[in-house]
Amino acid sequence: MDSHRENAKTTAEVAEGIRKRVFVHAMRNNGGYLSQACSAAEQLAFLYNEALTLGAPTLPPVPPPFSGVPSADNPDYVTGAGYNGPATPEYDRLFIAPAHYALVAYAALIEVGRMDEAGLEMFNKDGSSVEMIGAEHSPGMEVHNGTLGIGLSTGAGLAFGRRRRGEPGEVCVFMSDGEVQEGQTWEAVQAAAHHRIDNLWALMDVNDQQCDGAMSSVMEVGDIAAKFRDFGAVCQEIDAHDLDALREAKATPHEGRPLIILARSSPTQGMSFLRRRFPRLHYVRFKSPEERDEMNASIAAELGIDPVDLASETH
Amino acid sequence: MVEMVNRPYAAAFEKHALANPDVLCLSADLTSSCEIDGFRDRHPDRFVSLGMAEQNMMSFAGGLGLAGYRPFLHSFGVFLYRRPYDQLIASVAYPRRKVRLMGFLPGITTPGGMTHQAIEDIAVMRSIPNMTVLETGDATEVESICEAADSIDGPVYCRVLRGSIPRLFDTPIEVGRMRELAGGSDILVVTSGVATEEALRCRVALEGAGVSIRHLHIHTIKPFDREAFLDHVSAVSKGVVVLENHVIDGGVGSLAAEIMAEAGAGKPLVRLGLRDTFAHGGSRPYLMKHYGLDATALLAGIERLLGTSTGIREDDLAAIRVEAVHSGVKAEAL
Repeated sequence: MDSHRENAKTTAEVAEGIRKRVFVHAMRNNGGYLSQACSAAEQLAFLYNEALTLGAPTLPPVPPPFSGVPSADNPDYVTGAGYNGPATPEYDRLFIAPAHYALVAYAALIEVGRMDEAGLEMFNKDGSSVEMIGAEHSPGMEVHNGTLGIGLSTGAGLAFGRRRRGEPGEVCVFMSDGEVQEGQTWEAVQAAAHHRIDNLWALMDVNDQQCDGAMSSVMEVGDIAAKFRDFGAVCQEIDAHDLDALREAKATPHEGRPLIILARSSPTQGMSFLRRRFPRLHYVRFKSPEERDEMNASIAAELGIDPVDLASETH
Repeated sequence: MVEMVNRPYAAAFEKHALANPDVLCLSADLTSSCEIDGFRDRHPDRFVSLGMAEQNMMSFAGGLGLAGYRPFLHSFGVFLYRRPYDQLIASVAYPRRKVRLMGFLPGITTPGGMTHQAIEDIAVMRSIPNMTVLETGDATEVESICEAADSIDGPVYCRVLRGSIPRLFDTPIEVGRMRELAGGSDILVVTSGVATEEALRCRVALEGAGVSIRHLHIHTIKPFDREAFLDHVSAVSKGVVVLENHVIDGGVGSLAAEIMAEAGAGKPLVRLGLRDTFAHGGSRPYLMKHYGLDATALLAGIERLLGTSTGIREDDLAAIRVEAVHSGVKAEAL
């Protein structure tokens, strides 16, 4: 399946590693996208460690600095897709549609040996390509998705084009459930179904959270599995933290239709302390030094690691 | 009398697409309105129907571009930027996908009213990094727009005319070059799109009145040849008049103003077009007269610069028959 296996970690170990890395990073940097790591760790571990067929990275392990936006005057411009391997016909392609999951995706790249851990130190630093909201040039990214709802359409277009060229590789879009509030998501599903685009699949982190809080309080979206089926997709609904369920869902036949896996997740999985923050979990900041210390001790204990040494940090 | 050509886009697109296997024809439920119904029927494997869903179409086109295709998106101009603007930026403009946006019914060439009239599209498109902007003004330009657009290494927005269109020129669009239609020394008239036909009508009368007009037709709005334009500005004594089928803010008139101001050209400029107003639905002649985009409005603008009346009456203009412009009188042939 995966021709690039520099590490021999199990997918469960990769997921655990993602949570630890994101936690440590958030502790050191006075907050971060913790809940996204909680909900999506297994999903990104599953994608990178077993579900996707990806070649060896084509870009250096330590990400080069930002080298300019695409323009006629910047002929050497490259996207960050090289961390997922070459874009040759036999390999799969991955879009991270909710670009604010970038920290989690970067942690996944490190865990599977596609990026050096020095990459995470560059996160959100001026002049770095390892941006807070994943950009095209950020490691593991191929297109801009910071505007939510455009990822699946782009994936459908790429999949249509790849099928037309007879390429065996598939297109996978990692999505977030907030995107179902955008009309474009439904336009994309109906188009993919109409054109029988079945080399396209999506894994959606359904954590019921969005920026303002619980989705039910912001905009009720109803039975999204039924909606996806009505719009023409094959849809599976599973427990996001159950790797066997993920494997089984991915194996679902979906001839002539896109496959959408709704991975129902907990935004506090593995970091129970965060439940105190519910429902404001989109970006976790520390309210006081005391809370930070308490969170550090509690979550470190749950993750089975030593608390982050905050005293030696310079922040 | 000028030749009228019926639906030149249909044959031109088909010819171009058949010669270029990576060109795909995308449509958002305005297939016959954009003159690609014949192509759809004859080449269904090259035609992608995406329905009334322009946001998806734009990002989908970005995905096709990523797969190495050069999709031509067909719709009315308004539907290619107003609704799917975010997608246009993120999926097409930023990554410089070779997506060709074929925007029909530019400005007030449609009776469809505000919702159908792309009156600020040039202002919007011109300000987007990586974007090229082209506009057709006659049948020959419509016939050459596909090849011109497809030669661009990046995204391009084209204002395309449809239906029965006069043939004014006998050479195709050369991207980046302006057409010099007259080389006079009093006033520089700059027009694009359907405004050029109005200017040709006006010029016939002005020649009779002894006014020396230098006339430029602009099909490439971005990139724009600043130096060539400034040379023309220097060559006239009284000033510049721009007439365009667009709001005067952000279009070709604004472009002229920016270049003249930056260069310290120091000549008066009159910008003609829609003046900070939406339009309503009606016939093209009615709308062009009502909103001051016709030959009469251009004459008034020129008289403003001259500071005197030419004595030409509206009836005189209406009676003028426009003739085709042949290579011999074009500067690019000089």
